[in-house]
Amino acid sequence: MSEAPARPLPQPTDLTRPYWQAAAEGELHMQHCGACGRWQFYPRPFCIHCEAEALQWRAVSGLGRIYTYTVNHRAPNAFMKARLPYVVAIVELDEGPRLMANIQGEGALDAAIGKRVKVLFEPVSDELALPQFALLE
Amino acid sequence: MKSSLSRSVAIAGVAESDLGKVPGKSALELQAQAARLALEDAGLRLRDVDAVFAHTDDRFASLQLSEFLNIRPAFVDSTNVGGMSNLLHVQRAMAAIHAGMCEVALITYGSTQLSDGSRKGGAVAADGPHTPRGQFILPYGHLSPIGYYAMVAQLHMHRYGTTHKDLAEVAVAARRWAQLNPKAYRREPTSIDEVMASPVVASPLRQRDCCLVTDGGGAMVVVSAERARDLRRKPVYVLGAAETHAHHYTPFNTADWLDTGVAATADQAFRMAGVSRADIDVVQIYDHFTIGVLQSLEELGFCPRGEGGAFVADGALGPGGRFPINTSGGGLSYGHPGMFGMFVAIEAVRQLRGECGERQLPKAELALCHAPGLVFSCNTTMILGV
Repeated sequence: MSEAPARPLPQPTDLTRPYWQAAAEGELHMQHCGACGRWQFYPRPFCIHCEAEALQWRAVSGLGRIYTYTVNHRAPNAFMKARLPYVVAIVELDEGPRLMANIQGEGALDAAIGKRVKVLFEPVSDELALPQFALLE
Repeated sequence: MKSSLSRSVAIAGVAESDLGKVPGKSALELQAQAARLALEDAGLRLRDVDAVFAHTDDRFASLQLSEFLNIRPAFVDSTNVGGMSNLLHVQRAMAAIHAGMCEVALITYGSTQLSDGSRKGGAVAADGPHTPRGQFILPYGHLSPIGYYAMVAQLHMHRYGTTHKDLAEVAVAARRWAQLNPKAYRREPTSIDEVMASPVVASPLRQRDCCLVTDGGGAMVVVSAERARDLRRKPVYVLGAAETHAHHYTPFNTADWLDTGVAATADQAFRMAGVSRADIDVVQIYDHFTIGVLQSLEELGFCPRGEGGAFVADGALGPGGRFPINTSGGGLSYGHPGMFGMFVAIEAVRQLRGECGERQLPKAELALCHAPGLVFSCNTTMILGV
């Protein structure tokens, strides 16, 4: 018997650990700039908009819409192959930043550009959960 | 680049290695084969080469190739920005020649991605799990590069009403050119219906929207305009060139995925060359995916944004069409050893020299080459002329 195929998992760094810690606790946090008031993703040690270092981790609404997406009929690894077909989307949060996620849950294959989505968290190891999204309507 | 460098260098020799399925040769050997053929094409010897721009999946490619060819260059550059890298190297060679750092630049590429199976499953060697890509892309099962271009196609269809039939036109035109090119890997007839019936890989893109996976290598020799005049072939001068770079594999801050920096490279290259779009006779665009051709045609300004579908309809891009492009058969049908920028330039040079036989365009004095790198991450446009 061979072991079940492993999923490629993120390896947090000091910089990104607050994001992954929040996700493990069921919250989506992103960096907010105290100087210019804008959000950013993924994490950096400075604001990509104004170069200030006054960044704070804050919870976002977890609500957004699909900027674009694809339905995979082929997978890059054995773990994801078992889930075919599945949706990979770029989600634009109401706060502005975009991130990648799978669209999961009921009707996920009805994903379409512009559809409203809400964050959920998929546990993937003892320490980690991946932010994912489900269709709202 | 500044316009005073226009026509300062020429591509004096070009060659492919064996192409298609080449199980008995390494990527290094394919590069070396192409390098010697390109030098012979130019009427030069290995001993004339003083700069090497080698680009493969191997590390330290310029040193590896130099050692194998037993040359000791004064200047090297193995910058890897994906598929357009070899076009970038032409510009780097131009700058180095202008700066007096070298005189005869050998630019090479080689890959055995078909024989070694490195492209199986549409997955390219990944970055580590601590990188932005490793943390925020790879856990989600995204195919690369096709998944990114599937998302671009989805956006194009949503915004402009582009259809899969429009995309299939690009694939069929490429095959019709390949039928006129004895070196092309896929030459059997195909149809819009056949392309549209091929299996979906990442919606809306199907298998036949994707470039081939082949082995192969190529080489170019770039020299000063002065030196080119005494060589074997008619010099093909670099008239204009420009590049832009935006992201790696995590394009969360690229605001519009249908406006990726191509236009700026075209505008700058035209300005440097002192010519306009209407003057161009030969267009060679990196056709990694059918949607990429539509996107590039629009961003390059050959048709208005959103009208790519109508622009390519009714065989427009094929032999005898309204806007014939990619006359080799392109990455979709001629061959695609992983990084096609080299082959975009080789075909443009051959058209400008009038060497293309059955697929020769009637007027070929000015050519535009365009290629992106990675996943619409960077772009370059180069204008060549005789």
